[in-house]
Amino acid sequence: MSARGTRLGDKLLHVYTWLVIVWLSSPIAVMILFGFNDKKSKSNTTWQGFTLRWYGELFDISDLTVALRNSLVIAAVSTIVTVVIGTMLGLALGRHRFRGKGVTNFLIFAAISTPELVMGASLLSLFVSGNVPRDANTIIIAHVLFSLSFVVVTVRARVVTLDPSLEEAAKDLGATAWGTFRQVTLPSILPGVMAGAMLSFALSIDDYVVTSFVNGSTITFPLWIVGAVKTGIPPQVNVMGTLIFGIGVLIAIGNAVAARRRI
Amino acid sequence: MRRLTPYLLALPSWMWLAIFLVVPMVAMASVSLQTGNAIDGFAMTFSFSNYGDAIGRYSTQLVRSLLYGGMATVAMLVIGYPVAYWIAFKGGRRKSVYLFLILLPFFVSFVLRTISWNFLLADNGILFGTLKGWGLLADDFHVLATTFAVVGGLTYNFLPFMILPIYVSLERVDPRVVEAAQDLYATRAAAFRRVVLPLSLPGVFAGVLMTFVPATADPINAAILGGTSNTMIGNIIQTEYLTNLNYPTASALSFTLMAVLLVGIFVYARALGTDNVLEAAAR
Repeated sequence: MSARGTRLGDKLLHVYTWLVIVWLSSPIAVMILFGFNDKKSKSNTTWQGFTLRWYGELFDISDLTVALRNSLVIAAVSTIVTVVIGTMLGLALGRHRFRGKGVTNFLIFAAISTPELVMGASLLSLFVSGNVPRDANTIIIAHVLFSLSFVVVTVRARVVTLDPSLEEAAKDLGATAWGTFRQVTLPSILPGVMAGAMLSFALSIDDYVVTSFVNGSTITFPLWIVGAVKTGIPPQVNVMGTLIFGIGVLIAIGNAVAARRRI
Repeated sequence: MRRLTPYLLALPSWMWLAIFLVVPMVAMASVSLQTGNAIDGFAMTFSFSNYGDAIGRYSTQLVRSLLYGGMATVAMLVIGYPVAYWIAFKGGRRKSVYLFLILLPFFVSFVLRTISWNFLLADNGILFGTLKGWGLLADDFHVLATTFAVVGGLTYNFLPFMILPIYVSLERVDPRVVEAAQDLYATRAAAFRRVVLPLSLPGVFAGVLMTFVPATADPINAAILGGTSNTMIGNIIQTEYLTNLNYPTASALSFTLMAVLLVGIFVYARALGTDNVLEAAAR
């Protein structure tokens, strides 16, 4: 009975895995579907027919467009800052011995494990205590803070797998420290840096909780959506969500294909 | 110069973490001991009574958050473990495709996903509305604004964070070890219980850590799926900070939440026999 029982068990698990995948994807299907909903009333909760109208009127809600643009700019700026300083720290931790390494590791761990809510609340406490006006800059500060550890951890993981003799060889051949970094170190850690950058961009563009504490009157895409829940989510939100989803999936698939080619 | 390199590399991040992680915690600690109001200003009075007041007033929501977070974590473990197991041992060449499908929700904004989930569960939405139209459900059937909706939403939103670490630890288990156990006359169940399960515990530990804390502190699911009777501590902290401008109470609540979560993690780590939480989390 054992072999047949095993095969039946595996089959059941296979079906079960697919059920979980369908469950995980179902809200995405709903989001995509309702971007095509030809709704007549204010609410967009029942299916009323197919239309491409919202794709044409994508940018007709001006404050939604502003919110999306804010999110993209904030994500771009905070990603650049995070990747630069995070890669530096990742290199230091992965390659060098120095005083304060233990404390640094602890801080990285603390930044990852602090609940977002507490991080947002503590930043607000700082800004209120110091009378710092809240705007796009305070949002960027917060986003760099919560993405930093993820970039450091990703880059460090890549750095420790590197063979230091490559860099030594470059130096023996007369390369300057900067030249060695640019021509040897950076290209070999680039996959880690890119992964960190994508992670940091995704975390930033998606964040609601921390942003809601430090935004002042600046509205980002997730904040706008939550604000619109009571009055009804317009189909344009679904269309934007669908387009962001599509672009993200295409980039991920492109990356995977490129990685396979290289091997 | 060479000796200075690591310090120069670390300096910008150190400054960022010191100014925006450490100092704010100190600021929050200080605010939590002040009294006053948003109009007249706040003054430091070292009044620890803020903590007593805040906990007294919001103990229901605090307990509810821990309960919901805990229930969702258990649900994720129960739902996610078999998925991780099947992909790790039976996924074959398609492993990465399955993992990609598990991660698919993350390509959609957390907020938008929760709202779509709300659409799906709406009383007269495409799922229940249709079923009611067919007469398969009672007309007054509803899921939104119940405990089930909030815990279900939390389970849904954080599930991939449970599946991935368990998958990673199962993936490292050498199938030959399992075969060896079976050669030694262990039944399939015994081999799982005595070999596979213990080897996957680091993944379970990491998964629980990655899901329990954010699920307990999450304000979005309760706000969008919970109605007025299922508010969690995250909603209270947000309202106290942003609407009521009651900074001392809000700070005291934030600290209480963090302390409770930290104590929970350490007790849990002890119970699981993981001596070094940092080490387990780093894996």
